[in-house]
Amino acid sequence: MASWGEAKDSRLIGKRVSRLSGTDKVTGKAKYTFDINRPGMLYGYILRSPVAHATITGIDLSEAEALPGVKAAIPLIEPGKRVRFEGQEIAAVAAITPDIAEDAVRLIQFDYDELDYVVDVESAKEEGAPQIRDDWKSNQSEPRVDERGDIEAGFAEAAVEVEATYHAPVQTHVCLETHGHVAEWDQDNLTVWASTQAVFGTRQNLARHFELPENQVRVITEHMGGGFGSKFGPGVEGVTAAKLARKAGAPVKLMLTRKDEHLVAGNRPSMTQQVRAGATQDGRFIAYDMSGYGTGGIGSGAGFTGPYVYHVPNHRTKKSAVAINAGSARAMRAPGHPQGAFAMDSLMDELAERLNLDPLEFRRLNSDSDARRNRIRQAEYTLGAQEIGWHRRNRVPGSGTGVKKRGIGMGCGLWGGGGGAGTQARVTIHASGAVEAVTGTQDIGTGIRTVIAMIVAEELGLRPQDITVKIGDTEPGLASRGSGGSQTIGSVAPVIKTAAMAAKRKLFGHIAPLVEADPGDLRAAGDKIYAQSDLRLSIPWKEATGYLGMETISEGGEWDENLRIGDVAGVQFAEVEIDTETGLVQVIKIVAVQDCGLVVNRLTTESQINGAVVMGLGYALLEERIMDDQTGKMINPNLEDYKVPGTMEIPEIVSIAYDTDRKITGIGEPPTIPTAGAIANAVYNAIGVRIRELPITPDKILNALG
Amino acid sequence: MSKEKEQNQETAISRRSFLKGVGTGAVAASVAPTVFIDAETAAAAQTGEEINRAKIKLNINAQTYEVEVEPRMTLLSVLRDGFDTSGNRLDLTGAKPICERGECGGCTVQVDGKAVYACMMLALDAQGKQITTVEGLANGDNLHPVQEAFIQHDALMCGFCTPGFVVAAKSFLDQNPSPSHEEIKEGLAGNICRCGTYPFIFEAVKTASRKLL
Repeated sequence: MASWGEAKDSRLIGKRVSRLSGTDKVTGKAKYTFDINRPGMLYGYILRSPVAHATITGIDLSEAEALPGVKAAIPLIEPGKRVRFEGQEIAAVAAITPDIAEDAVRLIQFDYDELDYVVDVESAKEEGAPQIRDDWKSNQSEPRVDERGDIEAGFAEAAVEVEATYHAPVQTHVCLETHGHVAEWDQDNLTVWASTQAVFGTRQNLARHFELPENQVRVITEHMGGGFGSKFGPGVEGVTAAKLARKAGAPVKLMLTRKDEHLVAGNRPSMTQQVRAGATQDGRFIAYDMSGYGTGGIGSGAGFTGPYVYHVPNHRTKKSAVAINAGSARAMRAPGHPQGAFAMDSLMDELAERLNLDPLEFRRLNSDSDARRNRIRQAEYTLGAQEIGWHRRNRVPGSGTGVKKRGIGMGCGLWGGGGGAGTQARVTIHASGAVEAVTGTQDIGTGIRTVIAMIVAEELGLRPQDITVKIGDTEPGLASRGSGGSQTIGSVAPVIKTAAMAAKRKLFGHIAPLVEADPGDLRAAGDKIYAQSDLRLSIPWKEATGYLGMETISEGGEWDENLRIGDVAGVQFAEVEIDTETGLVQVIKIVAVQDCGLVVNRLTTESQINGAVVMGLGYALLEERIMDDQTGKMINPNLEDYKVPGTMEIPEIVSIAYDTDRKITGIGEPPTIPTAGAIANAVYNAIGVRIRELPITPDKILNALG
Repeated sequence: MSKEKEQNQETAISRRSFLKGVGTGAVAASVAPTVFIDAETAAAAQTGEEINRAKIKLNINAQTYEVEVEPRMTLLSVLRDGFDTSGNRLDLTGAKPICERGECGGCTVQVDGKAVYACMMLALDAQGKQITTVEGLANGDNLHPVQEAFIQHDALMCGFCTPGFVVAAKSFLDQNPSPSHEEIKEGLAGNICRCGTYPFIFEAVKTASRKLL
C-alpha cells in the first residue's frame, strides 16, 4: 500500500522548496491569459447594463459595426428580456485595439424600459418590493429548517442566555487578473486560453455550448492571476469571446474590466442572523436558536454555517436567501464559513462572559463535534495561546488605559478538503533521464506545480527542478477536477505519487539485471539507483535510463484514499490596537495554527496561511460592497473605494503549518475562516464594546464608544 | 490619401494632436494635467472618427523602439499591446493591467529611475526617458537581487502582482538601501497583492537589501 513514509526518511516532503514558476513570475516571462497575444488578435469589450433593472426594448449595433477597426459586434440579450443588475451583458464588440473596442461599445444604441429595483436586503423582503426571481416569492428562497435535540429543554437547562444579531457584508473576490479568455478558432477547433480554476470544466462547458466534441476544444491555463472560487467556467464573457472570434474570423481577447469584476464576476453573500443561545452554569453550550439570511444578488446559495465547530446538543436553525438586483454570488474561499465563524466565535465569547469564564476555557469545555478534529483543536488552543501570550489579554474587556487600547481574541474554523477520485496523471521517464509529470489540474497560485515535482522527485531520487510538470492544458486529455474546495492536492497528489511509484518500479525492472540486484532491493536517491543490501551496486540515474534505448516508461496512477485526509481544524488568535480617538483598528499580530495533515511544501503552505489570514483581515476590517439605494448601482467598484488589505494593514503573522498526520490535505481555504472572529473578539477585548457587524470600520468603533 | 493625411504622415504628428509641443519637452511633466484636448479631437473621439497617430521613440530596457501611438495611449498599453513601426508587437506584458487607474501598482515600471504607474502615464510623455520594465531587471540569466529574494522567500503566489512589486521594491531600495520594516511597508504601500503574500514580500525586501549593500 502506498504511503508517504516517515518524516525522517523524507528528503523533500515537508521541506521548503521555492516554487518552480518563481523565475518566470519575477521576470515577467510568465504568460497569463491577459498576456496572451496571438497573431491578428482582436480585443473584445462588453456593453453592460447601466441600470439595475430594466426590460431591453432594442439594440442597434450598426453604428458600432461601422466604426473603422471594428470586426464583429453581437447582441447578448434579446429585446423583451430583462436585465436584473447593473453590469449585466447587453452586447459585445471586437476591434483591432482595446481603445477602438471601447469606443465602439459607446456607439451601440440600446433602448430599455426601466423597472423598479431593490438593492437593499431588508427592503427586498418587504411586501410590494420589485420581484427579482420568478421562482421565489417575496424575493426569498424557501427557508431551510434544521432542528436537533429539544430546543425548549435546552433553554430550560441554560443558566445564561445571549441574544444577538450578527451581520457580515457582501465581499467581492477581487481577482487581480480579471476574468477573461483568448479564443481562437481553426475550422471547427476552438482553442481558449482561460483565466480559470478548471481547464476541464471550462472545456466541457464550451464544448456543450458550441455543440462540439470535447476533443475539438482545448483550454490552456499556464498561469492564472487569482480566482478564490469565482473562476470555474467560461461564463458569459468566455462564450462571448469565442462567439466574437468565430464571427470575426480572428482570435479575440476579452478580459473584464476592474469594474466588471466587482459587478458580475461573483461575490461572497452577506449574512444577517438573529441568534438566541444558552449555556449551563458549568459551561456547556446547551441551546442554539438561529434564524438568518444572506443575499447572493440574483443568485441563490447565500448559505452560511451555524451551528459551527462547537457541539451544541439542542439547536434549531432557519436559513434563507434574499434576492436583490445585484450580480450573482459565486463560491468564495470557504463558502459560508467565514460568515458563520465570525458569528459563532462572537457568540461564544458573549456566552463565556455571561458565565464569567475565560473564552478559551469555555471553548475547551465545548468540544469539536468531530473526535479527530477535537483532539487537534485542543492542541492548537495550547500552541496558539502560548504564541500570542493569551495571559496578556484584558481580564476586564476595555480596561486598558490611554488613547490606544489593545485586546486579544480568538476564533476557530473547520474545513473538509481532502480531495477525491477523478484525476488522471502520467509520469514519463525518457532514455535521456528526463522526467515528465502530466495531469489536467491547474496552478491557481497555490503551488501545485511545485508539489507535483517534489512528489515525483522524492520518489525517483531527483531534484524538483529535474521534473518537467505539464499542467493547465486539456490537450493531453488527462483530466483533473477544478481547483476548488481545497481539493486540488488531495485529488492530484495521490495519483502523481502512485504514477511515480509505478514508473520507478518499471525502471527498476529494467535495471535490476544490469546491476545484478533484485528489483525489490533497488532504491532511488541522490541521482542514483542503488541496491539497498549492497551500496556498491549503484548506477547513476542517467546511465540507468540510458538503457531504455528507444523505449519510454510512461505510467498512470490511481487515487488512493489512504494518502489523503479531510476535515481539518484551525485556530487563530489576534491582537489588535485601537485608537479610541480615530476609531482605527490596527491588527498587531495574528497567530494562525492550521491543521495541515502532512505538509508537502512548507514554504508555499506558509504562504497559503499568510494569504488566507490577510484575506480574513480584509473581511474583518475593510471590505464591503456598497450598493446605492438611489441608483441601484455599486458605489465602490474599483480598488480605491473597495478596500483590500495593503502593506500598511499587515500585522505580524505567525503561520504555524501544523503537521498532524502523514496524509496530505488542502489548506487554501481553512485558514481564512477564523480570522474575522478572532479580530472581532480582540476588538471587544480592547474596548469593551462589541461590534456585531463587519467590516469593523472606524465609524463603527467611534459610534460604539459613544 | 488626402492631402492632410499625407502631411500628417510626413510630420508623424496630427494637426489634431492631443498634445501641444509633443516631443519637444515643452509640456512640463510635473504639472498635471499635461493633456490638452481640442474640441475637434474630442468630437472625433466621440464619434469614433479615426484619430491620427504619432510616431514616437521610446527607450525601453536600453533598447529604442519606434512605435506608432494614438495620443490617448498610455505607456502601459503601448508596452502590452503596442507595435513598432515594422509591425512587431512590443509584447512587454510583464507590467499588468489590474485597476487601470493608479490604485494597485500592478503596472509599476521605472521611468528615469523612479517607480511610475505605467497606466497613469501617456506614452507620449515617456519620450526621451529611460524606461525599465520588469523584463529589463535581470542581466541575462543573472536575476536582480530583488528577483532572487522574491523567489527565495516565496514572496508571490499567483504572481500577477509580482512584476509590479518587484519593480517597486527595486526602485524603493534604490532610494532607501537599508530600510526598516515600517519603511518597507510605507515604501510598497502603492501596490496590492490579493493573494496576501505581504509578509514574505517584506522578508524578501530585507534579504535583497542585505545583498545590495
